[in-house]
Amino acid sequence: MWVVDPRRTTSARFADMWLGLNVGTDIALANGVAREIIHADLVNVEFVENATVGYEDFASHVEPWTLDRTAEVTGVPAEAIRDLARGYAGAATAQLMWTLGITEHHTAVDNVLALCNLALLTGHVGRWGSGLVPLRGQNNVQGGGDMGALPNKLPGFQDVADDDVRARFEGEWGTTIPPEPGWHLTQMFEAMGRGDLRAVWVIGENPADSEADVNHAREMLGRLDHLVVQDVFMTRTAEMADVVLPAALGWAESDGTVTSSERRVQRTRAAVRPPGEARQEIDVIADVAERMGSAWGRPTAEELWDELRSVSPMHGGMSWQRLEDVGGIQWPCPDEGHPGTPFLHGRLWERPIGGRRAPFSCVDDHPPVDQLTDEFPLRLTTGRVLDSYNTGVQSGKFNSPIRSGDALELSADDAGSLGLARGDRVMVSSRRGSIEMTVAVDPDLPVGLAFTTFHFPESADVNQLTSDAWDTRSGTSEFKAAAIRVEKLDVAAGA
Amino acid sequence: MGEPRPLVQLTIDGNVVKVPEGLTILDACRREDIDTPTLCWASNLTPVNVCRVCVVEVEGSRVLVPSCSRLVEPGMVVSTDSERVRTSRKMVYELLASSVEMDRADTSVHAWMEHYGVRPERMGDRDEIATVAQPPKVQDDLYVRDYERCILCYKCVEACGDDAQHTYAIATAGRGFDAHISTESDVALPDSACVYCGNCIGVCPTGALVFRAEFDMRADGTWDEDSQQVTTTVCAFCGVGCNLELHVQDNSIVKVTSPVDHSVTSGHLCIKGRFGWQHAQS
Repeated sequence: MWVVDPRRTTSARFADMWLGLNVGTDIALANGVAREIIHADLVNVEFVENATVGYEDFASHVEPWTLDRTAEVTGVPAEAIRDLARGYAGAATAQLMWTLGITEHHTAVDNVLALCNLALLTGHVGRWGSGLVPLRGQNNVQGGGDMGALPNKLPGFQDVADDDVRARFEGEWGTTIPPEPGWHLTQMFEAMGRGDLRAVWVIGENPADSEADVNHAREMLGRLDHLVVQDVFMTRTAEMADVVLPAALGWAESDGTVTSSERRVQRTRAAVRPPGEARQEIDVIADVAERMGSAWGRPTAEELWDELRSVSPMHGGMSWQRLEDVGGIQWPCPDEGHPGTPFLHGRLWERPIGGRRAPFSCVDDHPPVDQLTDEFPLRLTTGRVLDSYNTGVQSGKFNSPIRSGDALELSADDAGSLGLARGDRVMVSSRRGSIEMTVAVDPDLPVGLAFTTFHFPESADVNQLTSDAWDTRSGTSEFKAAAIRVEKLDVAAGA
Repeated sequence: MGEPRPLVQLTIDGNVVKVPEGLTILDACRREDIDTPTLCWASNLTPVNVCRVCVVEVEGSRVLVPSCSRLVEPGMVVSTDSERVRTSRKMVYELLASSVEMDRADTSVHAWMEHYGVRPERMGDRDEIATVAQPPKVQDDLYVRDYERCILCYKCVEACGDDAQHTYAIATAGRGFDAHISTESDVALPDSACVYCGNCIGVCPTGALVFRAEFDMRADGTWDEDSQQVTTTVCAFCGVGCNLELHVQDNSIVKVTSPVDHSVTSGHLCIKGRFGWQHAQS
């Protein structure tokens, strides 16, 4: 196991090798690894010739990324880059796994494409034991997308711009579906800024704590004509709402399904009755529909699932009973005789190839938008710790003996040069905001890098600092790379 | 999955049976519906064969063999219910129960003890002989380590180490009767390498490791296992898809376990899945 991460995380401690790259240099590293694979003659020529397109252009594109240049840009020693390249390419099977360290950058999509290039070079995709694995951070973020909670997709990843697809859904649903994509979350906040979006119904999300540059997000939410929040808790977003619809918990108070990181659909089951006025979310939505003039009745979770199966071919074979019997099925599963699909892209190994060839992408390195200057000399990257979860709405309710994460972690050198010790109070400022925090020293952090979590917005409102520069294709903000300044607070004066 | 394995023919309790190569005698017994007691064995852990309640007699073997870890061999002649086996199993239970509180052991343990007519008092008067009696260690809101119920089966050590968590926060320390499960240098649990996954509690067969919520309810006299309903659902945190068994009493979750036969994590969880349910109660 090789871990590539600016921080020496717990995973890095388990790893055979840790490559502590500079924040925002993922594409440089991937291009350097690609060049080394090519120069070491470790390209899977058969796979590249039969299953890919654009290899020659890609090879020329990465040619300038010598080990020395890559080492200089990424901060990773050249030998480690060489060993990673050869180890990955030479392995019988190998997987590239990533999560928000790749996607919470303004170059998010290019970062992913840079990793796809490596899998295509080596043929580590579409085979048992090999693959590209984006690790999902939430129990149903995969399922949400699968169900069509994306601005340009209908359930089952079917394109909203496709006339045939739309006609089928229109027939099933008895309504007209606009062919233009909707807005994703980041675009919604922009639309709020323009005044084009005036009313919002937030279901199970806490953007008033979780958005990058959260002061701006709060201002946008505050400008709305009408804000409805449907949630299990009185979150900060719910506190801003005109109407709060208390909801039953998805995993313990409701019947339904969730889809895990490996595309496995599994049943959730109600184990306890929801408290007070909290209601099943299906019922809440059906009631709103009724007030809007559509009588949906009160469908059960199973009835809704069967409707999904009728419009989403990749779920067609997953009957409620099968999900019950086999404990989870991975899509695509087109018919009831189909066992589900443990890995995707096997078509790339069919000869001749099944479907179109996979393209190499010539992508370039672009440093984080929030640049380091004398005024903001430290790089702040945010992340998660084991016992907490996102804005702490769920994980803050149990007393973990190993709880940590609301401090600003600094390298020993940076703490020393700022005259700071563990426990000192500091003012942390970025181009967007300033908050008070407590200092912790992590001897494993490289000089110039600071880290904190955003699990404790009540004691450390970290997203006031984070950068809302975003990737125009994915809509994800650059949470991983803010520029900050740290100043010691005079405790006596502040007290 | 994997290659089909050749069959091995052996005799168990007088019956000729054929089972795939690579199975243990215990596996073979279970395929033949021969009920066999175990304490230190679990389907999701590597056998450490320390408890010896699963011993069987194998013809030609000088000593009884642990069925949980001995692989089947062609022509093997196995007796699971000979006088020697019964005496040995009974003796193991008596030795354990004479020095350890077995009252919270799984119901199957009590059924076996009754089956073999176990009389721990044969080992001496409980007030006079050495026992592992000691106060429970209560050091945080999640775990209680109640070592007067520990039979040193090592399941917790295995679950903390190579078989599940790879955290290595606990190991055996001391020798002979003083052997016990300890953190590094016997530091308090919150100061150890422990990551509070609770997988050690999940595998403990005797109630020596117990969730704090259950411990407190038992102390209050409110723990009522017979009235609890168990519902399987999916964890609310992260994208792994671990299954949770929610143990519910009076419309409140009182304990979370995970099904050992589920392919995603074979019964193991992390701190959030195991303990992060309290937001469902507030």
